[in-house]
Amino acid sequence: MTPATLNDYVLISAVLFAIGFFGVLLRRNTLVIFMSLELMLVASTLALVAFSRFNGTMDGNVFVFFILTVAAAEVAVGLAIIVALFRKRHTVQVDELNTLKN
Amino acid sequence: MAQILFYAFALFTLACAVGVVVNKNAVNAAMCLLLSLVGVAGLFVQLDAYLLAFLLLLVYAGAVVALFLFIVMLLDMKDTAAHGFRKISGFASVFALGLLVTGVSTFVVRGRLTTPNPNLAAAVGTDLKHYAYQLFTTYLLPVQVIGFLLLIAMLGVIVLSKRWEGLDDIK
Repeated sequence: MTPATLNDYVLISAVLFAIGFFGVLLRRNTLVIFMSLELMLVASTLALVAFSRFNGTMDGNVFVFFILTVAAAEVAVGLAIIVALFRKRHTVQVDELNTLKN
Repeated sequence: MAQILFYAFALFTLACAVGVVVNKNAVNAAMCLLLSLVGVAGLFVQLDAYLLAFLLLLVYAGAVVALFLFIVMLLDMKDTAAHGFRKISGFASVFALGLLVTGVSTFVVRGRLTTPNPNLAAAVGTDLKHYAYQLFTTYLLPVQVIGFLLLIAMLGVIVLSKRWEGLDDIK
């Protein structure tokens, strides 16, 4: 039994994605930007699970499986890059990381 | 009852997601991310995807958020509160938020999205056997590729966190 319609789930997923996108644009701390990216990824998985449930297919669920794996790998590599960057430049604010600009 | 629970989980998820974005302190943002993920796991349970809810809690709320907290503690950023945000990026992000929500909500509300009856569709996500069957037949090659990706990620993290000699002149 699902208490809501597909529209509700897709709407929640879209709003969650939009909040994540908002965070990526607004914040200047690289770590918080990365957290917002994770939020966007989770929003997409919510839409996939909802579509899978309402259509009675397995594909969306299996896709979420793969997305979780890729997200774990992505977080590990991304945080390693951020730590390496902090070691080199002693900052993680994106507007101070402008070496390529000048 | 289930309806109330659905709206409670949805509101909780969205409120905590806003908390991630607006919190000045990165540790508080990571904690809000954790709570938001718990809310999404609750929505997964309501969609009869019990295994995925469990995996989300295990992988995301367990491993990923712990890693985030660890890195936040390691970097120890003191001047985070001193930085606000620029007016132009604030305007652009509010505009993008409005545009995304308006776009999807018109798509959904206008009824372009046909809503199948969930009680007619089989709840295939409940059974672990379905996952195993799909992963070992249809998605066998992607499973191997994902395994290789994890190996590459592990090697990449080792290479990135090693201190290399002679690269210090790159500023």
